[in-house]
Amino acid sequence: MSKPEAKCWRNDAHAKVTGRAKFTDDLKFVNVLHAAPAYSGLVHARILSIDTGAAEKVPGVVRVLTAKDVPGVNRFGQIIRDMRIFADDKIRYDGDVVAMVIAETREIAIQAALLVRTNAEPLPAVLDPEAAMLPEAPLVHENHGSNIVNTHVVRRGDVAEGFKQADFILEEKFQTQTIEHAYMETEAAICVPRSTDGVIEVYGSMQHPFSTRRFVAACLGVTLAEIEVIGTPMGGGFGGKDDTAAIVCARTALAAKLLGRPVKLVYRREWSMRESYKRHPYRVHYKMGVTNAGRITAVQCRIVADGGAYCSVTPWVTWRSTVQCCGPYVVEHVQCDTFGVYTNNVVAGAMRGFGSPQMNFVIEQMVEVAAQRAGLSGIEFRRRNLVRQGSVTITGQKLDGHTVAMEQVLNAVLKEIDYETKLKRCAHGRGETDELYGIGLAMSYRGVSLGAEGVDFCAAIINAQADGSILLETGIHENGQGSDSAMSLICAAELGVDLNRIRYRRASTSNIPDSGTTVASRGTIMGGGAVTLAARELKAKIAAAFCKQLGCAADEVRFKDDFIWGRADGARIAFGDAMRQMWQLQQFPFTFATFRAPRVSWDEHTGQGDAYFTWVYGCQAVELTVNKKTGKVKLLNAVAAHDVGRAVNPEMVRGQIYGGMAMSAGYALHEEVKATAGKMTTLNLNTYRIPRSTDVPKMKVILVENPDPVSPTGAKSIGEPANELLAPAIANAIFHATGRRHCSLPIRLGALPEPTACAEGCQ
Amino acid sequence: MKLFVNGKEIEVPAAAMEKRIVEFLREDLDLTGAKNACDIGACGACTILVNDEPSRICIKLVKDFAGQRILTIEGMAAPDGTLHPLQQAFVDCGAIQCGYCTPGMVLTAHAFLLKHPRPTRGEIRAAIFKNLCRCTGYQQIIDAVEQAAPHYQNRK
Repeated sequence: MSKPEAKCWRNDAHAKVTGRAKFTDDLKFVNVLHAAPAYSGLVHARILSIDTGAAEKVPGVVRVLTAKDVPGVNRFGQIIRDMRIFADDKIRYDGDVVAMVIAETREIAIQAALLVRTNAEPLPAVLDPEAAMLPEAPLVHENHGSNIVNTHVVRRGDVAEGFKQADFILEEKFQTQTIEHAYMETEAAICVPRSTDGVIEVYGSMQHPFSTRRFVAACLGVTLAEIEVIGTPMGGGFGGKDDTAAIVCARTALAAKLLGRPVKLVYRREWSMRESYKRHPYRVHYKMGVTNAGRITAVQCRIVADGGAYCSVTPWVTWRSTVQCCGPYVVEHVQCDTFGVYTNNVVAGAMRGFGSPQMNFVIEQMVEVAAQRAGLSGIEFRRRNLVRQGSVTITGQKLDGHTVAMEQVLNAVLKEIDYETKLKRCAHGRGETDELYGIGLAMSYRGVSLGAEGVDFCAAIINAQADGSILLETGIHENGQGSDSAMSLICAAELGVDLNRIRYRRASTSNIPDSGTTVASRGTIMGGGAVTLAARELKAKIAAAFCKQLGCAADEVRFKDDFIWGRADGARIAFGDAMRQMWQLQQFPFTFATFRAPRVSWDEHTGQGDAYFTWVYGCQAVELTVNKKTGKVKLLNAVAAHDVGRAVNPEMVRGQIYGGMAMSAGYALHEEVKATAGKMTTLNLNTYRIPRSTDVPKMKVILVENPDPVSPTGAKSIGEPANELLAPAIANAIFHATGRRHCSLPIRLGALPEPTACAEGCQ
Repeated sequence: MKLFVNGKEIEVPAAAMEKRIVEFLREDLDLTGAKNACDIGACGACTILVNDEPSRICIKLVKDFAGQRILTIEGMAAPDGTLHPLQQAFVDCGAIQCGYCTPGMVLTAHAFLLKHPRPTRGEIRAAIFKNLCRCTGYQQIIDAVEQAAPHYQNRK
């Protein structure tokens, strides 16, 4: 454990820096079997039979499982139950698993899995999302009746009227690519049948122990109490360890239950890349009406998201895109039509940002194009349209319950990077050297947590011991972001005790109620809220027990510096002594508390409502050069300002932002999951290029803290806001460097054409 | 055949000679700090030091290391558990998030600092470029390496 006085505190840092932290693949159990998945090699086909005979004959193979072996439900999904534990009726994408081989060694399982044969009748593959929406397109899911998974709308004002008020109308098409989370640890699970009571213990790399438990129990046909998912250190998630990670656990648990032995399934990188869901590729048609005075009068947009072969969370991802389709700008007349679409491409689901990175790439370029046309700077144009205190969003939500910090974070970035001065130095395609300089920025607001996506509440347990030590637990999962540490810091601060008293309890679905998944940047606000409420309840219990002894009323008791204090006369009890006395008083210093997200509302037909209970605000800017001859982009410097409400563990908040910016730089310039005729070709980290240390710029983070009244800690969110801005900032900077706009991701630049005589002449 | 792992002499059974060394360390010696995250030497999570040079061991066999001096992350801290100054700097600078790349990153940086105890930030950036990290954006890792450098300047 790091020292509390160090500038950064993490309860797991010591274990991780010494190699002692045991991730799933590092855990050892005796008599363990190993599993490997089998794929079909097909993209879209009707399954006739699955031949496992050759695999079963391999010495060392214990069993080969297919859909026929699933005693419970083979189909699952958080919204539509269309995903399969094992493919049963059809192959719908390259990553569909038809069988799983269980063997005495991993090597045998891997080799035998290659022998599983899928006999199937090939069907035409639907690989283009627009084509998939046409009535004549082959259906990916026949019983769904259409390839359109879901639609969302926003209907505000009257766009025809809004365009009439405009002096000019801009129209542009944008396209974004499929990207991979590329968590360093692949999906992994070890499932152990407990001999005493038959409960299956699940150790695995997932960010949603409770939904994993739901899927595992359904697959096995057992109750939730018969499955215990045990929190295990996790090598990154970024939204990616939800559905796929759950299936991996379910298949492994099935094998463990059927064979009565521990079973381990650790994904090879190739399996992970092939099978796991990705960030949705978007096609966006965007039309914006603007006055010469620089006011946006109307926005009409059509969003098509390729959800791939299964629904996953496509309706939720596209909902956020819809709600945030105009960015942090006030627009009176809006018509947005959003479609999530089935294709035979790789499944798309949750990824850090969740529908906002795509839209910000569109919006933050559109506002700059509009500014230029109106003869204004991009900054002045933004100022004339951005949300302020009391503004009403495009879904009719009045922003008055918290500090609307849009302009505050914008100003912070402009000042720190000296934007206005540097903007004048931009090359716009002309430079004396080969390196063309540019600066650009982007800003956004973002609804916090799940919003109208779903049920949003979280539990915390504080169990103080008779010696004054404290066990803390919440329903939030440690994904690597440092949530266990943030929860401990919040607890210590609220109780006024030494941080060293607290041990964060290893999470288990059998200890604490289902608090939802650790996604949507909801960990700190929801888990921290629950911890604060539990700590306040504990203080009330302690105050009631000791107020007489302290010579004051219960509500006058204070908690500070590891003591419990009475009125000003200095009467006090050491926290540890108080806990011992409570034991003698036969009172448990134990509390359980629930934090419920404030109510939100949504009308699916009009796309109007109070979509999120609070919002965060962020702005990021970047300086870069583009080489005229090679098109190579070099990122030089980046600055971010985010209103996080309150920074609980400031250095970890900065770490979230640095990491989010780097990931967004990869989105802008390097990353793309590629496929040929539906078969993925980027299957490992040599061909799928995530940013290296030499690709990312020097970064500076400004933390803006406007504590949020609806959050018991004052803290809000940072994981995703950090990851949705650098790509559009880079696109804008490239424009300022080269004079050229790029409407599709990733941005690929070759040698730049020499400025033409006309362009020179027109200057 | 012998290996020298974290200062200890290890006699390798003949049956293990053809094993991949990452598996030998992880399974036979229970040194699980080295992670196997790509299997093809592309990510650096399995990095260990061999005679003070970084080596990606997911693609190498045990027999390739006969008689070599190996340092894994488990051998970095003092026997009493006190962290090496470079490890302490990683902890203090917030250079650790999920921790999966951390062992390889620490060892790569250690090898670099042994040779270049007065690096610029640019040199540190270049030194760790083969080790992938998806969480941190590398900034606090570079901070940590920079913060630990003075310790290497006073070593000899």
